[in-house]
Amino acid sequence: MSLTATRLDPWRWLGAPMLQCMAATILFSLPIRVFGWGLPEPVFCMAPAFAWAMIRPSMVAPFGVLIMGLFLDIFWGGPLGLWALSLLVAYGAVLGARNMMVGQSRPMMWIWFAAACAVAQTVGFLVTQLDARATPNLLAMLWQFLATNLQYPFAHRLIDRFDDADVRFR
Amino acid sequence: MSFRDNPLGEIRVPLVWTAGVALVVAVVVAVTLLLGDRRETLRNEAYGVTREVSDAVAAPVSGVVSAPVHWFGALSDGISQYFFAVSENRRLRAELEEAAQLRQEVLGLRDLNERYRDLLGLQTDPPIPMVSARVVSDSRGPFANTRLANAGRERQVQVGNPVMSEYGLVGRVVGVTRGASRVLLLTDIASRTPVMVDRTNARAILAGDGGPNPKLEYLRGHDPVKEGDRIVTSGDGGLMPRGLPVGVAVKGVDGAWRVVLSSEAGAIDFVRILLFEDFAQLVDQDELNARSEPPADGVLPTVGVTSPPPPAPTPAPASPATSAPTARPPAAKAPAPKSPAPKAPAAKAAPAPRPAPSQPAPAPEAAAPPPVEEPVF
Repeated sequence: MSLTATRLDPWRWLGAPMLQCMAATILFSLPIRVFGWGLPEPVFCMAPAFAWAMIRPSMVAPFGVLIMGLFLDIFWGGPLGLWALSLLVAYGAVLGARNMMVGQSRPMMWIWFAAACAVAQTVGFLVTQLDARATPNLLAMLWQFLATNLQYPFAHRLIDRFDDADVRFR
Repeated sequence: MSFRDNPLGEIRVPLVWTAGVALVVAVVVAVTLLLGDRRETLRNEAYGVTREVSDAVAAPVSGVVSAPVHWFGALSDGISQYFFAVSENRRLRAELEEAAQLRQEVLGLRDLNERYRDLLGLQTDPPIPMVSARVVSDSRGPFANTRLANAGRERQVQVGNPVMSEYGLVGRVVGVTRGASRVLLLTDIASRTPVMVDRTNARAILAGDGGPNPKLEYLRGHDPVKEGDRIVTSGDGGLMPRGLPVGVAVKGVDGAWRVVLSSEAGAIDFVRILLFEDFAQLVDQDELNARSEPPADGVLPTVGVTSPPPPAPTPAPASPATSAPTARPPAAKAPAPKSPAPKAPAAKAAPAPRPAPSQPAPAPEAAAPPPVEEPVF
């Protein structure tokens, strides 16, 4: 097998997951209620942001995270840059701790994912406090945190699939 | 020239460094966008072209995606109504009995109210035109609570218009584009709505925090609110009409007074956008903020009750003095108002009335009785 044949196409590990997360976000924003309960609102984009940092350092990935964050801000109608900044800080934190986290067991990685989600939500909390001069509802934050944590299997699948896929990083 | 011949070919920057630089650049972009964002203002231009285009695209896409969901929603409602038919029947019977008693009271009060209005000559609000729209997307997170409705500029929807469901107030429009409008919900952390307690007329500000029950802030007076009080819009500030149902007051677990929103009684799939123009929309901001030039004679106008009027200048030839503002020199003329609403700012911008050059100004006004202003509700 030639070297070029095994090089990882950015579209496969960056573009496709990004579009899938955006589609899932649109789907979960539908105004429906089942037996009086609305749909949860997880931050789907957290899964690729965590996985990209774990797979390998990249120049393109931060801009992918930026685009996903801006999409969330525009689509959800929040302050422009709020989720972009929150996701980027979480991405940077994971990238910084990558050497420590890589190769750990799945439950442990889930805990690290929860920690990354907590970092993103903390940044969102602080920025919102400064922007709106009001404290966001902690219960609403907790619900979103729990719903987002359930997205870890998607992040794990992404890591499993692309972690060792490029010969240059073996 | 081959790669090896390039003198800079051996210089390789570690990938972690380049990734770090890319991350810093992306963070700077995000912070810059965040600092420049003004989504909660009532100015349409603050909404931004990006958001307008995004909403214009998202509305039809979400509309198509949500169509089957609406059908299944109707099915879900049917199933829940089947299972809860007995309890709902009991509740409706109780409500009907209560409504029958209230009906008699309302008829008597309506008659009394009409007679009072006739006696006082009160001017009531004209009916507000409305636009119906379907909600196509919904965000429910702690940092943003908005909805996208599929009616926009082509149906005269404007920024600031109040939005209601069949149960009560939902929020207000913060962005309009062709075919879609973005509704900021009462629960959004940027939402501030002037409300009052229906029982005591006590004023408060309804402040969203991202949770389902927004807070009542700045409550004044001794026991202004109690559990179960109806909360309605106060109309203060001219942002919304007075008396729109908002919800019911409850004491939160944190000790703060909160409101269980009436609009949460059912799914918000269809909304009515009230084409209500608030005072801020009627006023020409440039005209309001325009500074009047000092008078040509260099004498600054004095404003105050205790200040004596300045001495009359030398009489100008052939200047009919009918009232003080018309006798002002042309240099001090305030900008002409375009519509009835800006009259007040124009008068405010003008300096205090000075005596007319030829005749004392109060003379013609002293004879006439002061105009009686009718209160407008």
